[in-house]
Amino acid sequence: MGEIEDSENRRMVFVTVGTTLFDALVRAVDTKEFKQELFRKGYTHLLIQMGRGFYTPTKSEAEDGSVAVDYFTFSSSIADHLRSASLVISHAGSGSIFETLRLGKPLIVVVNEDLMDNHQSELAEELAERKHLYCARPRTLHRTIADMDLASLLPYPAGDATPVAKLINRFLGFPDD
Amino acid sequence: MEINDENLFSISIVIIIGLIFISIVRVIYVIYQTGKPLHSKSQKPMSTLIVLGSGGHTAEMINVLSALQKDRFMPRVYVAAATDNMSLQKASVLEDSLVDMNGGKVVSAKFMQIYRSREVGQSYITSIGTTLIAIAHALWLMIKIRPQVILCNGPGTCVPLCVIAFLFKVVGIRWSSVFYVESIARVKRLSLSGLLLYKLKIADQFYVQWAQLQRKYPRAHYVGSLM
Repeated sequence: MGEIEDSENRRMVFVTVGTTLFDALVRAVDTKEFKQELFRKGYTHLLIQMGRGFYTPTKSEAEDGSVAVDYFTFSSSIADHLRSASLVISHAGSGSIFETLRLGKPLIVVVNEDLMDNHQSELAEELAERKHLYCARPRTLHRTIADMDLASLLPYPAGDATPVAKLINRFLGFPDD
Repeated sequence: MEINDENLFSISIVIIIGLIFISIVRVIYVIYQTGKPLHSKSQKPMSTLIVLGSGGHTAEMINVLSALQKDRFMPRVYVAAATDNMSLQKASVLEDSLVDMNGGKVVSAKFMQIYRSREVGQSYITSIGTTLIAIAHALWLMIKIRPQVILCNGPGTCVPLCVIAFLFKVVGIRWSSVFYVESIARVKRLSLSGLLLYKLKIADQFYVQWAQLQRKYPRAHYVGSLM
């Protein structure tokens, strides 16, 4: 049994909670159920960025029938991890969401049900409706993995600040560029 | 006419009523003028106050700034909440890149911190006290800066600043054009800051990034996604 380390066979799932506390998500991805679904779908590694959470996952090497698990709390930039991921599972912060979509990575957004005034879910649900990502709850995450069809996701068109700039300039009396 | 207490009293009442009347007329005039594009096509650069906020707010604001011609909006002052560590840093990275591009000929931007009206999760009762402190601090900052343009996109820190901008318009200290861009995370409902500035008609221009919001708030302008 060799290490599944060469990049051709390495398919990493990156889980990120940003600067938040989201133990429900970290616990959900650390369950046997969830890891088995990942393995069934051909993923080899699970990397968890756990943020301010208290629950620490169990690290493990790749073994027969399961994924390798690693975790860390924060990093100055998650861009490299996003880039090397085959699938991203993120909290519903707009920064994480758009950083991931701009890199063209398949994304599952998990809304934190413990947050008061959950305006974050509006954005996740709207983008899910437009088929740019999948939306899931911590308890049903493993089913989302089982049922997902990443090929059906639509690429997210890049945003553009020129319309705003135009309106601001016009209002102030500056000429159009 | 005798100068006695009765007459003095009547005269005072007349003056007070007169002042109140003038103030009301002035406030109505300001509300009427708010939102009307500026007439002067002076082309001179305008001093600009940029309000940054934690979470996605600063990232969106940096996107807006990148699309604007910097020599029209200067000098620039960036304001962020005292407890926000990252935003001023990100803004200063943007400003540094501009210096590099222009070979150091840019008027240097200022970076300031402001007390927050309310921290996330703070009780509404203690928020009254901290809001008063925040308003006093905002007043001090606004008197110092007196910007011609204010750019903000949602953090609670912008509300006291924009309310003071409105008062400055009424009193005649400075006419600041207030531009509010609602965050992309607001799809169906406005944020509390947005709702206040929209309903009170304090923003000269109110921008939303989702068409649903523009239908719900018709005085807003739909500008598509910034991110």
